[in-house]
Amino acid sequence: MTAVTSVSPSVPALRAEFGPAIERHLVSCGDTIVYASKARSHDVLGWLKDAPGQQYDYLTDVTAVEYRDSERPLEVVYQLRSLPRRADLRVKVALDKQETLEVRSVVDLWRGADWLEREAYDMFGIVFLGHPDLRRILMWETYAEGYPLRKDFPLRGHFSRAEQTRQALAANPEAHYSLEELSIADSFDELPPDMRERLARGERGFLK
Amino acid sequence: MGLTNPAVQNRGDEITSVSAVSPNWVTTRLDFLTNWARANSLWPMPFGTACCAIEYMATAASRFDIARFGMERQAFSPRQADVLICAGRLPFKLAPVIRRIWDQMPQPKWSISMGACASSGGIFDNYSMVQGIDTIIPVDVYVPGCPPRPEGLMYGILLLQKKIKGESFTDESLRDEKLVGPSGLFLPPEQVDELSEPFGNSVHQTRSA
Repeated sequence: MTAVTSVSPSVPALRAEFGPAIERHLVSCGDTIVYASKARSHDVLGWLKDAPGQQYDYLTDVTAVEYRDSERPLEVVYQLRSLPRRADLRVKVALDKQETLEVRSVVDLWRGADWLEREAYDMFGIVFLGHPDLRRILMWETYAEGYPLRKDFPLRGHFSRAEQTRQALAANPEAHYSLEELSIADSFDELPPDMRERLARGERGFLK
Repeated sequence: MGLTNPAVQNRGDEITSVSAVSPNWVTTRLDFLTNWARANSLWPMPFGTACCAIEYMATAASRFDIARFGMERQAFSPRQADVLICAGRLPFKLAPVIRRIWDQMPQPKWSISMGACASSGGIFDNYSMVQGIDTIIPVDVYVPGCPPRPEGLMYGILLLQKKIKGESFTDESLRDEKLVGPSGLFLPPEQVDELSEPFGNSVHQTRSA
């Protein structure tokens, strides 16, 4: 079996449609990677999802990469899959670390991006503009040490173990659920009144 | 192990049948009787978070069968449990959960820390993991291994039974509740830091790296 080195046919179509908004592309291990500009990332991804002949209807993953070279921009990675065409495409959006880490959310295109973008926010601090419920998902909501997968984050965290343990023990295990999640579970009305009131206030733990 | 028909067997200073008075009477020490009952009816509260829980399930299943040691009933409610078995690594996010389960268990209660991660953080010497559950709850028996084999866990259970059999009914200090104090910890902060210190290969990684 020979290695696939050909560029995905989506690349010339993207260049014809978006011109300079497609910054560059490359082929790595047989996968085509397209760099889209931050300003038009949502248009590019929406077009890839809906345009006839593209039909990337399945969002496999949204994640981010920070490189050890501190001058290199942080990259948001969208791994797309077209179920009818059986084709893959990787789209990356470079975010300059000198600017605010913001990019348009794609939850309106693929609902599955909801938790994936929350994870990228939780681990890298990337703000997805227009996300309906951008909260931490893996770390607890009052987590105050920063964004663990950033290169400037020490492996064991910023705080001492005693302080980490103290904050963890002070957390309220019930406060991990949002008001929406509790409402969806239809259990909200059955909660004790003081807890309902506390959740309605948006209280999540002990850190203010 | 176990009480036998006093008319048949005399167990020395633990159980004495007073057959001359009546074959239906037996005298024993209260400590021996309570400890015997407690040690042989430990209801475990499984707190399985990782691969150790798979070994725990194997220990509970028919081949190894911890029901042989009086652990017939898995108490999935902390209010009906005697021993908390933490099988697997404990992330900080679960720390308040295990603490609440421990607080909900009625006295007398014991706990087993199963595996390297529950006992010391194991390979997870990072920002998200509790470095040993003894910084969260008091631990009676540590079972080493990654994960421990069922034989290892059973040895730990037998050690716990041995420990229970040495307890004294009148020693109230054994039943002291180690509550989370005003500092938010049940141990002094320095002790938590000392217990959580890196060891092995991970000492070469500094906090500020």
